[in-house]
Amino acid sequence: MIYRENGQFKVAYRDDQQIFPIAQDRWFVLALLAFAFLVVPFLFDDYVYKAILIPFLVLALAAIGVNILVGYCGQISLGSGAFMAVGAYMAYNMFVRFDGMPLIAALLLGGGFATLVGIVFGIPSLRVKGLYLAVATLAAQFFCDWAFSRIPWFTNNSSSGSVAVGRLEVMGWHINTPVEKYLFCLSFVVVFALLAKNLVRGAIGRQWMAIRDMDVAAAVIGIRPTYAKLSAFAVSSFIVGVAGALWGFVHLGSWEPLAFSIDRSFQLLFIVIIGGLGSIMGSLFGAAFIVILPIFLNQFLPFLGSLFGVTISTALISHTEYMIFGALIVWFLIAEPHGLARLWSIGKQKLRLWPFPH
Amino acid sequence: MTLRKVLSVAAFTAAALTLTEAPPEALAQEKVQFFPSFTGRTGPVAPNATPFANGFWDYMKLVNERGGINGVRTLVEECETAYATDRGVECYERLKGRHGGATVIQPLSTGITFALTEKVPADKIPMITSGYGRSDSADGGIFKWNFPLIGHYWIAGDVVLRHIANLEGGWDKLKGKRIAVGFHDSPFGKELLPIVEERAKRHGFTLQLLPIPAPGVEQKAIWLQVRQQRPDYVILQTWGIMTPTAIREAIAVGYPMSKVFGTWWSGAEPDLRDIGAAAKGYNAVMMQHGSSRDSGVIKEILEKVHGKGQGTGPRAEVGDVLYMRGVVGAMLAVEGVFRAQERFGKGQPMTGEQTRWGYENLDITEARLKAIGFDGVISPVKTSCSDHMGSARARIHTWDGSRFTWSSNFINADESIITPMVRASADRYATEKKLTRRPASDCNS
Repeated sequence: MIYRENGQFKVAYRDDQQIFPIAQDRWFVLALLAFAFLVVPFLFDDYVYKAILIPFLVLALAAIGVNILVGYCGQISLGSGAFMAVGAYMAYNMFVRFDGMPLIAALLLGGGFATLVGIVFGIPSLRVKGLYLAVATLAAQFFCDWAFSRIPWFTNNSSSGSVAVGRLEVMGWHINTPVEKYLFCLSFVVVFALLAKNLVRGAIGRQWMAIRDMDVAAAVIGIRPTYAKLSAFAVSSFIVGVAGALWGFVHLGSWEPLAFSIDRSFQLLFIVIIGGLGSIMGSLFGAAFIVILPIFLNQFLPFLGSLFGVTISTALISHTEYMIFGALIVWFLIAEPHGLARLWSIGKQKLRLWPFPH
Repeated sequence: MTLRKVLSVAAFTAAALTLTEAPPEALAQEKVQFFPSFTGRTGPVAPNATPFANGFWDYMKLVNERGGINGVRTLVEECETAYATDRGVECYERLKGRHGGATVIQPLSTGITFALTEKVPADKIPMITSGYGRSDSADGGIFKWNFPLIGHYWIAGDVVLRHIANLEGGWDKLKGKRIAVGFHDSPFGKELLPIVEERAKRHGFTLQLLPIPAPGVEQKAIWLQVRQQRPDYVILQTWGIMTPTAIREAIAVGYPMSKVFGTWWSGAEPDLRDIGAAAKGYNAVMMQHGSSRDSGVIKEILEKVHGKGQGTGPRAEVGDVLYMRGVVGAMLAVEGVFRAQERFGKGQPMTGEQTRWGYENLDITEARLKAIGFDGVISPVKTSCSDHMGSARARIHTWDGSRFTWSSNFINADESIITPMVRASADRYATEKKLTRRPASDCNS
């Protein structure tokens, strides 16, 4: 009833090719953005921004990057944590080694270096596919873990291997409070999501998807696999690198190679799979699921216990959190193998018929 | 279908409730001093971090049994970090504002300490990192909110080397020796290295650095190097399940236990209990306290806390090394509040800013230690505006097959070497972060 496109006539190809061809979608997304930028900053206390929204946004950004590679181009990668690390450490180096380096430039340069590393470690993808490629990208993970903990130059000769960044400032705007950090991350996510969405809708995105669906057929119709695969690696690592830099600069403030360990790579892969392969929206859903659910369980269980007058020990909460989280992942993958993004689109289809499904 | 709907609505409402507002505390009207406890009850450090958390909580309960901090009750809430930095940051954000605000943070993880060092100045919450965290934070001129009370890694490292030098008969006898350092491959492990490198340079012994990747359940390759190169001594800077694994591997390659020295975090009962007599002779440096089952405070905890069925963990572990560390950590936290109350009002809950002054002006004398049952457990602690550590000595204990016994007296670390290193490192930190040293006028704030 409320979600019908009746009466919305498209008179030009441009209208038909918009990101959101349905007016309600457009309004909904604009309203959501307005809500995120204008209302959310006044809603919560610091905890929600710092512990939930900022990690959610940064991981969502990283997941968008991983989704381009894994979801759109079909190249399974377990090196995402490494590309995040490259972004974070190189942004750090740019930031402390060049006096007066603007923050955004440092973050983007971090992404730039991640691009280079991504291309280098993407080269095996020209020969190996699928799970074998996943194993090959593990090399990136181990190499970067090694490099950032062993080569003192990367950490500016810090004795402990941990690095920290000072005050964040963009053109006179000091990013101090959690709300400011949230807005800063949100701007990055919005800009990159828009760029990514447009990339995957365009010629290059079609090439990626053609490679994903069948690389031999794609080559036959004139798509260069080298170019398509390496460009997917490049774009993906750039976005992941920027996300890594944000994770270090904005979320942690001080970090060590362990922050970008193999666990991070797996986490990003899970976000993409649970959220929905080949969907920008899915990256956001997946990140929300992976970031928020454990924290929610961790706080909800004691609350639940207190309702029944039971005090649950800290260790038991932690164990239960893992068990429920694991069970939910399995349940979700059985119930909807195409991820949360698919649930979203099913919901939208149902809504079109609502309230008269027949 | 309807049931599912109801369930999902219920789940969402509950989610909204728990995430937006913390459940109101029943104790709201009572005067409380809130001490968050960052625990590692699960994960790779659980065997070691659990007794710490138990000791911490038990001492806080004991303080309440004694009548609180001049009438102000202590309140503990735990948050599980599992030794992961991102979870630690989340815990910090979660707990810092609860129950009238966190008094002091003790993260029990060097990684979390590094991350929180960037956050505590803005939130005005002091952070105690006894024996871990940033060694350079002993310099109160730069690190206003950090307190590595009773020692840090460099003190431990210096004391181990000094003890080894004593065994050999002097620093000059170390020339040409080879000392291996097995360390947790993380900031925690690496923080030890500057002092051993400095000492190696001064006294002409060679170092064999053996990074052990976390969590450290697989160390065969590392100990193969030890077997090949036969260093004269091995120093272990490990934590959690890494330590017993290292000791087992050392035994497996036939390395003599009496030549292995753990640092403060690598020499407690959970590390050795299962190995038992095979590890006889294993040493570890203790920043003052060790296992103190016959100390006054332990007797009091057994009587007033465990005796009333209020104990946090198993009674059998009360008084063990890491349990004691929790007790000492809690004691230091509470003493700072006592000190702050002397200035800002007795019987009042103190804010983080006020307790910070307390920690900066701690003066726990021998008499005070005796009064609270810590005589013989640690030595007096006196901090100042520039010295946030308070005491720089340690002693060595040795595993006799079933328990630890002291094998050295207190050894003072050489502050003429460590203080300049701390200062240089702190200055480097300040330049990187574009900070300036606190002026003398800031000292009484």
